[in-house]
Amino acid sequence: MSARMIWRKAVNVTMLSLTGLCALITVSALFFILGYLLWNGGKDLSWSFFTRLPAPVGELGGGMANAILGTLKLLLLAALFGVPIGLLGGVYLAEFGGRIMPFLVRYTADLLNGVPSIVIGIFAYAMVVMRMHHFSTLAGGVALAIMVIPTVLRNTESFLRDVPSAWREGSFALGANKWRMIATVVLPAAARGILTGVLLALARVAGETAPLLFTAFGNRYWSPGWMQPTSSLPVVIYTYATGPYEDWHRQAWAAGLVLLGLVLAINILVRAFLSRGTAHERL
Amino acid sequence: MRIVKTFSVLAVLLALATIAVAQGGQILLNAAGATFPYPMYSKWFDEYHKIHSNVQINYQSIGSGGGIRQLLDKTVDFGASDGPMNDDQLKQATVPILHFPTVLGADVPSYNLPGVSAELNFTPEALGGIFLGKITKWNDPAITSVNPGVKLPSEDIVVVHRSDGSGTTYIWTDYLSKISPEWQQKVGKATSVNWPVGLGGKGNEGVAGLVQQTPNSLGYVELIYAIQNKIAYGQVKNSSGVFVKADLASVSAAAAAASKFMPDDFRVSITNAEGKAAYPISSFTWLLIPAKFTDTAKRDVVKDFLNWMMTQGQQDCEALSYAKLPKEVVALEMKAIAKIQ
Amino acid sequence: MANTPNAAAPAELAWSPRALLRRMRDADEIAHLVTLIAAATLLLITVLLVYQLWILSAESRHRFGWSFLVTRTWDPVAGEFGALPFVFGTLVTSAVALALAVPLGVGAAIFLAELAPPKLSSSLTFVSDLLAAVPSVIYGLLGVFLLVPVMRTTIQPALKKTLGFLPLFQGPAYGIGFLTAGIVLAVMIVPFVLSVSREVLLAVPRDQREAALALGATKWESTWKVVVPAARIGIFGSVFLALARALGETMAVTMVIGNNPKIAASLFSPGYSIAAVLANEFSEATGNLYLSALIELGLVLFLLTFVLNGLARLLILVTTARGSGVLPS
Repeated sequence: MSARMIWRKAVNVTMLSLTGLCALITVSALFFILGYLLWNGGKDLSWSFFTRLPAPVGELGGGMANAILGTLKLLLLAALFGVPIGLLGGVYLAEFGGRIMPFLVRYTADLLNGVPSIVIGIFAYAMVVMRMHHFSTLAGGVALAIMVIPTVLRNTESFLRDVPSAWREGSFALGANKWRMIATVVLPAAARGILTGVLLALARVAGETAPLLFTAFGNRYWSPGWMQPTSSLPVVIYTYATGPYEDWHRQAWAAGLVLLGLVLAINILVRAFLSRGTAHERL
Repeated sequence: MRIVKTFSVLAVLLALATIAVAQGGQILLNAAGATFPYPMYSKWFDEYHKIHSNVQINYQSIGSGGGIRQLLDKTVDFGASDGPMNDDQLKQATVPILHFPTVLGADVPSYNLPGVSAELNFTPEALGGIFLGKITKWNDPAITSVNPGVKLPSEDIVVVHRSDGSGTTYIWTDYLSKISPEWQQKVGKATSVNWPVGLGGKGNEGVAGLVQQTPNSLGYVELIYAIQNKIAYGQVKNSSGVFVKADLASVSAAAAAASKFMPDDFRVSITNAEGKAAYPISSFTWLLIPAKFTDTAKRDVVKDFLNWMMTQGQQDCEALSYAKLPKEVVALEMKAIAKIQ
Repeated sequence: MANTPNAAAPAELAWSPRALLRRMRDADEIAHLVTLIAAATLLLITVLLVYQLWILSAESRHRFGWSFLVTRTWDPVAGEFGALPFVFGTLVTSAVALALAVPLGVGAAIFLAELAPPKLSSSLTFVSDLLAAVPSVIYGLLGVFLLVPVMRTTIQPALKKTLGFLPLFQGPAYGIGFLTAGIVLAVMIVPFVLSVSREVLLAVPRDQREAALALGATKWESTWKVVVPAARIGIFGSVFLALARALGETMAVTMVIGNNPKIAASLFSPGYSIAAVLANEFSEATGNLYLSALIELGLVLFLLTFVLNGLARLLILVTTARGSGVLPS
């Protein structure tokens, strides 16, 4: 073997292992994060963490029951407002549409998807909080819904497009009209993928902090109804982590673990079970 | 589709849980503002809730600037600030806003110097110089000369200040403006200023957190935050030339002089106060209450709370290292409560 | 399709097959309309968003004009506001993040697309996608308690010792600052670089690789000299996409950047980013000018990400035939 060949082989092996190393580093980051949170947050997870309200500042103990419920309520609102619009909009793109409108909608959806979440927060503040003169669960839900819409819309569209056109034609041939065809043939065929997209979009906004800072705000107590400010897990983690109290730090770790657990669990379950057998293995 | 069902069931349960929590007859008030008296307010609102279980006062410590802004935007029922609102801000309000002093506190220069256990002395000149970025090393003569026997490191001073609109900042910059003409001219006093140097932390909590985590740092926090978090803080030379440590007595001494000249609207600055015992970076902190409430139930709660706070509530102050209001001030405020309609 | 129901049609025909068909067509019209409204809602929201940012920033835009973008002062007392320190901080932290994340992400993507057996590749991609799902505030939490102390005690002193002659690595080691924020951002955007790059690499036709290998190229040579160049534009697209993410990232950056509007050569220096100043000051800015200056910052951030996202999608569209597919969100 010539020296040049040896050199080339050496470069080959070195570079290939370097790319492997890159992959290893990237992937191990997740396990590191998870492990570190388990280590730091695991020991402070207790029954009272899930069932009690926060203690007054500087006093030990208390829990985050209100923040957990707050996060769930915000997600419910986000789903309630965001999913129908995204879903129907996706149906429009895939099944109806003309020339200019679909292009505009697609482009705007991608644009809205890329808007920094803090800007969405400002928008929701201007639209809801300033008008209603109230920080509220509703305002937070609206902010999160705006983030859910474009993702759900684009996902729905792409899964609908994956439904073979032969099915549509078959349905037409049997005399069905368009909306019946969509409702009974196309949507059920794509349901699994669409649901996956919806859940992943919700998982993503579950961890959003920035749009909630000045919409859902915070609350020391339970937040009854939808018109009062509410506590939420991400905002509490932020406040507690940047605060000076040891006890706050410990609770921030525990809350971080809960939040990460929630988000990862949705992701894993959805990706592992729901997306099986669909055309898109990755979302 | 089973999954869809599961989720709808979950959603319904959630909605029911929410309704269950919303019991009737509850009066919910939202307030926001100063972080400086947050431990005190948190305690008070908690105690008050224990006595009146149908009243919940949700106080969010977003900073004094936030308290003023959100009150003007009417997103909260009342606000709180350590810097009184200025005339411009008062003009913006659609309803007249009343200031009610609640307690007294102090800004302390708190530091994290590994290996230095002695309590440091600070002159006004040193503090001014450090925050203007002119004094950058811990062993600068301006600091060492008043700390004989303390071995200060030749390290850079990491200045920590507030990143949000803050009354603690207002008090600190109000003080620096009084003792340093250069500061007054270059920076001035406000809830947010253009800092010449330093790192920013959000809230008193954030600054205390940063000081705690950053060696060789110097920041300013409300006294209780330094005490609760066991962060070292120094003595400051007052206008009579005495080094005074912030505590109940020295803060009360600063208030005593001022309370004789209390203006009708309670907007008074007591930084750099006269008197040998007075701690120079002390201040009242105020609740900002609209003079008119449309919701009479809320109005009655606010009035009753203020009443309770001036009498019963004042007993809790000292345990949290805030100084009680002087008697004269309480008497004036009790009269002022009647102005709320 | 203007098939409005014919009012003149005889009543007895309402049950005839033709009328039924027509009524069902009307249902089609309704379905069309409903879905169209949903799609239009999205447009409306976006238009409203831009409109609000534009209107609410009016005072600041009129007062400062274009000089807003190049003014260094952020002085709420004097009422002077300039975006430069924030734009600077945003760009510097994003640049640091890209410098770290692009080699790492593209390297990993090459491994996953070209070398790893399909099963390993898909499970590693799965993990990387999970990494992309970790909330920002969690990165901030780890940043504050884990990375900042390590930066202060180990990494920054080491950099000072070895590369201290560069102005980039001078000054006191606070732990927090541009560099730390950049590193946190890098970890956050690697998954985006990785998954998009992997996709564009996989889209390069098989026969190009085989041709190179048949000509005697090593695996690396065929990858680096044939496949990567072919996917080049798409990889650039992934970089722009990651950059757009990095620019708008808020919480993690706010927690570790130092929150000081300062322009400094050193990466150790504390700074501020647009998103961070919004998170800190938006709800507490007193005074209309102050508030409107903050909203104008929001507008600047919006425009930055708008342009970058557009570029990114265009580039990816050019390289993948499946460009209309789902991009990672």
